[in-house]
Amino acid sequence: MPFGNTHNNYKLNYKVEEEFPDLRKHNNHMAKVLTKEIYGKLRDKQTPSGYTLDDVIQTGIDNPGHPFIMTVGCVAGDEESYEVFKDLLDPVISDRHGGYKPTDKHRTDLNFENLKGGDDLDPNYVLSSRVRTGRSIKGFTLPPHNSRGERRAIEKLSIEALNSLDGEFKGKYYPLKSMTDAEQEQLINDHFLFDKPVSPLLTCAGMARDWPDARGIWHNENKTFLVWVNEEDHLRVISMQLGGNMREVFRRFCVGLKRIEEIFKQHNRGFMWNEHLGYILTCPSNLGTGLRGGVHVKLPKLSTHAKFEEILTRLRLQKRGTGGVDTASVGGVFDISNADRLGSSEVEQVQLVVDGVKLMVEMEKKLEKGEAIDSMIPAQK
Amino acid sequence: MVDYKGGNIGIFVSTPGSNSPQIRQQKGAAMPFGNTHNQLKLKFSSADEYPDLSKHNNHMAKVLTPDMYERLRSKQTPSGFTLDDVIQTGVDNPGHPFIMTVGCVAGDEETYDVFSELLDPIIEDRHGGYKPTDKHKTDIEASNLKGGDDLDSNYVLSSRVRTGRSIRGFCLPPHCSRGERRAVETLSIEALASLSGDLNGKYYALKNMTDAEQQQLIDDHFLFDKPVSPLLLASGMARDWPDARGIWHNDNKTFLVWVNEEDHLRVISMQKGGNMKEVFNRFCTGLTKIESLFKERGHAFMWNEHLGYVLTCPSNLGTGLRAGVHVKLPNMSKHAKFEEVLKRLRLQKRGTGGVDTAAVGGVFDISNADRLGFSEVELVQMVVDGIKLLVEMEKRLEKGESVEDLIPAQK
Repeated sequence: MPFGNTHNNYKLNYKVEEEFPDLRKHNNHMAKVLTKEIYGKLRDKQTPSGYTLDDVIQTGIDNPGHPFIMTVGCVAGDEESYEVFKDLLDPVISDRHGGYKPTDKHRTDLNFENLKGGDDLDPNYVLSSRVRTGRSIKGFTLPPHNSRGERRAIEKLSIEALNSLDGEFKGKYYPLKSMTDAEQEQLINDHFLFDKPVSPLLTCAGMARDWPDARGIWHNENKTFLVWVNEEDHLRVISMQLGGNMREVFRRFCVGLKRIEEIFKQHNRGFMWNEHLGYILTCPSNLGTGLRGGVHVKLPKLSTHAKFEEILTRLRLQKRGTGGVDTASVGGVFDISNADRLGSSEVEQVQLVVDGVKLMVEMEKKLEKGEAIDSMIPAQK
Repeated sequence: MVDYKGGNIGIFVSTPGSNSPQIRQQKGAAMPFGNTHNQLKLKFSSADEYPDLSKHNNHMAKVLTPDMYERLRSKQTPSGFTLDDVIQTGVDNPGHPFIMTVGCVAGDEETYDVFSELLDPIIEDRHGGYKPTDKHKTDIEASNLKGGDDLDSNYVLSSRVRTGRSIRGFCLPPHCSRGERRAVETLSIEALASLSGDLNGKYYALKNMTDAEQQQLIDDHFLFDKPVSPLLLASGMARDWPDARGIWHNDNKTFLVWVNEEDHLRVISMQKGGNMKEVFNRFCTGLTKIESLFKERGHAFMWNEHLGYVLTCPSNLGTGLRAGVHVKLPNMSKHAKFEEVLKRLRLQKRGTGGVDTAAVGGVFDISNADRLGFSEVELVQMVVDGIKLLVEMEKRLEKGESVEDLIPAQK
């Protein structure tokens, strides 16, 4: 690099022991992996855009642990973070993504026709279905690190691309900073509006800087396909609808995503992707497909069953509250989604959700009738 | 006044900040460091990088033009603090309902020089027209204060004086690394451990505090918690909390020092009742002693003859002193001329919960509004004289009498 990283060089005047963070009360993936040796080895490095080790780990230092989930505790500032800081991130990725090795290759499959079934989840139980992923635009730094100029450029490119969509995808962009009260109210009622992050997991990584500049929401007229611009990732692409027709949700997801990707390519913009890590996103937990396919499902009986957690683990599913990643469930309604992101394809992950939720709804019905479900408990997928 | 270049430390007094334990809410943003990134940003035009300040109301937003942004954006201080680092908190916090915020911070001593084009007008606007060529006066000779030992304790519930100090050679809280912060803590513990007599005391590191110690410090109104104000969080001051943060206080619980909160050191003298003279005496004695202890160890405080004591927030330059009381003024505070009277007395009001809180039950935190361009003695004198007058006015209003003849001229 021709440029110096002055403040980072300045810190090198202090010994490793003096700069090494106190992680004794911490419980996150970064804290489990980061030793003084690794810190010593990586602290004088920087990515081409100037992201340093301390930048990567700041959020994990400031947030020792979370009661509901094992947090990652580190973020990427750009595509190269995953390479320059691999001594830290490879073990974190391996721990988080079921033993994924530095030599493993990731599969991409966005052909919705490869999904079996998924159009008949019982809407008496499955209240809504949703598939989301993220995409990062190559050549820009990521939300923890990007400048206003970069963020605005991403917004501009995104608006251009999204405005070219037509048919079922025809829609409109609502920038956060010039939203009218009426628009805001409507977006809240549609459950589309994202607000300035309050989770310290995100704010300590610097993602809320300059809010709400260059942030916005695009959605189609049917309100079944939406894109968040410049929240936790450059783009979050979301397909959703009420009821249990995950097949339709996934179809729209794949078709829309491919269209968006094509349009970006026409403008000589690729998405960050490589054959080892798949799609590159801000949080190491979202590498690979970046896909979370999930439902809001009523499981009041099954969720209190002794084997609920075990069943979820075997089905490779995870539960969340219906308010988002760090909330609790309310009234027996759970957000159930795929636990994996990396090492399996999009189709495979959505298949796990479709099959797994179908099974759990059957189990719920059995429990309602006072019957046992032991014979239904699945093997580890 | 002594020459800071020679490493001698000028004598000055300080006023304590008015922070009290705050709700455990967490909001905030951290800073990306590194000038590689600053260089990368230069590829975008200045107009593309210039922040949108159209909804903003703070000193930074009033001063920072696109042209100024363009001239300063390629600069950095020797430790790598950049213009975007200086202004981030002002970009993220458009305005505050109770106070006109500054909207920028310093990351090190040199910030005030490298970014003087931005900071000089802000300093001028904030500190009553203080010019780049003005010189600041220091006076922490406590005996120069007239009166101040007889404020009516029926109205004046408590008295407090605080200031801040920065240790030269280290970056400031928005920018410092863990290594630097820990070094500041180590030096401070060593210096404070040498205090004796009325100032004999003990250090409580935030990260090792027992529940019992914590409860006691809360009950004493000493404990400072992780900042929750987005004004502070957005500038990066809460990073690595609670590493290397702590509270030192004397056995009598009348003199305390905060280490590594908003400044390297905050020095506070306080007690119940209205004897501001005693509070100020202890303040001057304690601060002088601390200064000489640091000097003995080869460390000066950041100071220069133009800006006085250099602190993180431009609003605290000069004396860094806030001398104040918690005072009951239920009638006076509802008087149509309350704001005007405060202004003329060069005083400011806050809620009793701290800088960005509201008043409760007619009890106000009243303190000097100025920091720079007046000496410590002058500022405390204004508080003493002003409070005495306000209490007289309150008593008049209680009796249903007019206060028109008491309304002061502009000081």
